[in-house]
Amino acid sequence: MNLQNAWAVAAKDFKIYRKKINVIRASIAYPLIVAVLFPFILNYSIHKETPAVAATLAPSLMDSFSIWFLIGSVIIPTAITSYSLVGEKLQKSLEPLLATPMTDGDILLGKTISGLVIPVAAIYIGSIIFMALMDHFTQGVLGYLYYPNWHMGAILLVVPLASLMSVEVNIIISARVTDARSAQQLGALLMFPFIGLYLAADLKIFPFTNTNLLILAGALALIDLAFFFVSKATFQREEILTRWK
Amino acid sequence: MSITIDVENLTKSFGTFTAVDNVSLHVDEGEVFGFLGPNGAGKTTTVRMLACLISKTSGRATVGGYEIGNSSDQSKIRAMIGLLPENVGLYEELSAYDNLDFYGRYYKLSIQKRREQIEYFLKMLGLWDKRDDAAGTFSKGMKQKLAIARALIHDPKLLFLDEPTASLDPEASKTVRDFILELKKEKRTIFLNTHLLDEAERICDQVAILKTKLIATGSPEDLRHSLSNRKVRVQLELVDDAVTGAVKTLGFQIAEKTNNSLVIIVNNPEKENPEILKEIQTAGGRIQFVTEVGSSLEDVYLKLVRGTE
Ligand SMILES: Nc1ncnc2c1ncn2[C@@H]1O[C@H](COP(=O)(O)OP(=O)(O)OP(=O)(O)O)[C@@H](O)[C@H]1O
Ligand SMILES: [Mg+2]
Repeated sequence: MNLQNAWAVAAKDFKIYRKKINVIRASIAYPLIVAVLFPFILNYSIHKETPAVAATLAPSLMDSFSIWFLIGSVIIPTAITSYSLVGEKLQKSLEPLLATPMTDGDILLGKTISGLVIPVAAIYIGSIIFMALMDHFTQGVLGYLYYPNWHMGAILLVVPLASLMSVEVNIIISARVTDARSAQQLGALLMFPFIGLYLAADLKIFPFTNTNLLILAGALALIDLAFFFVSKATFQREEILTRWK
Repeated sequence: MSITIDVENLTKSFGTFTAVDNVSLHVDEGEVFGFLGPNGAGKTTTVRMLACLISKTSGRATVGGYEIGNSSDQSKIRAMIGLLPENVGLYEELSAYDNLDFYGRYYKLSIQKRREQIEYFLKMLGLWDKRDDAAGTFSKGMKQKLAIARALIHDPKLLFLDEPTASLDPEASKTVRDFILELKKEKRTIFLNTHLLDEAERICDQVAILKTKLIATGSPEDLRHSLSNRKVRVQLELVDDAVTGAVKTLGFQIAEKTNNSLVIIVNNPEKENPEILKEIQTAGGRIQFVTEVGSSLEDVYLKLVRGTE
């Protein structure tokens, strides 16, 4: 795989996204809502005349809210990845691309980069806004700055790994369907294991402690590796031209 | 190194179905080679094998001296050729300029070289003024031209064009054909898939007729002459029973008859025409003109293609 080639493929996608703003809008909306809405909810709850939530609970609420970035990291890449691959399929633009000296691996890597960069960047930027707002609202009651902390650090480590898994699964799905919508719907199923994790954390079965987040990161890294081989097997020149429908 | 294509017993099967069966052919450097055949004949499949897009089932082929199916040669072949696929596959959202620019990047051309090439081809194809328009807004003919420019961006000496004038109006077809002739002048080797006979006749040096198997190869002229039946048209002051009777007594068939002309089927016009004309005159016919009715490539094609059914 050649990074320069892959980057050229990704750069083409980025240029298209710039013209198809609604594709990116979906990626940006989610982290932005998490970043802004939750801090204001928390602020409202702890600063009401009769607070609904004791200020001492703020840290655990913040931890819990921040998990939504994790869930987002799986959902957000589905839109972009399926749009980019199914789009190429519909426009039949893969055949001329495959006729260039570019290898299958270069193209696959390019597609992975173009599916990954915007969602991960959006989540990272969202998390910075989230931390700043949370600190601003809670510093008074806590007497210290809660963020940045290792918990958010661990989440931000898991985010790209979870997004990568989502991109890979979407590449595999997009190879088998012809419209972006069904690709997205199938891809979005991936969020259920994560919602399961969220519930497991709530029930204290698998709480999102820093250690557990690191275990999750390790598991995702392995899953990513496995899906990488599957997507590489799916992304074969001949398969694409003769079997992708 | 010479830019030729050599194909020997090339075969491609999809499962149990054989799409291209034992095809052998040779394309010379600088030649426009017309690959003719009805729908489903295997033209696109052959080009895809030669462009190293799909694997062959058996046989061998070299493109510009490199072997298809040999993994280290594949990237060399792909770097050397330009392909206009059956479906143009442009990036519809991107401008004409960007479509070409990204392909320039895929071939690792410098930014300077890309600029020059894009300007050269877009101007040549009359698309320079539209360079900033999204390709999706282009007409079919413009898209086809843009896709040809894309295939040429890295200045390949060998081009595969899969039905470049399919679904274009006569005017756009002509522009594309003229452009192909222009490319031929630049000494590029062109492998042209088409099912348009008259196109093949106008621009190809050699043609091959495919219908899963190869059924004929040669120059358009050779193929036309290869039809054993030739025809001669005799124009007379009047065609009467005496005249037709004379022709029939000599044992010749009349293909067409009006009241002042006859089209007679002959095998060997050089020998038989004098005989026929003498008999017609003896029967009282007054001959005005005698012309050969050339069988078109279309006749040959239809005869050959139907002959395999
Ligand atoms: N991926 C595939 N799987 C199975 N059969 C295929 C596949 N691709 C092509 N074929 C079959 O191979 C035969 C040749 O197809 P091909 O596209 O090469 O024909 P063609 O000469 O280019 O026709 P056209 O003039 O319609 O473009 C057809 O019968 C087609 O159905
Ligand atoms: Mg075809």
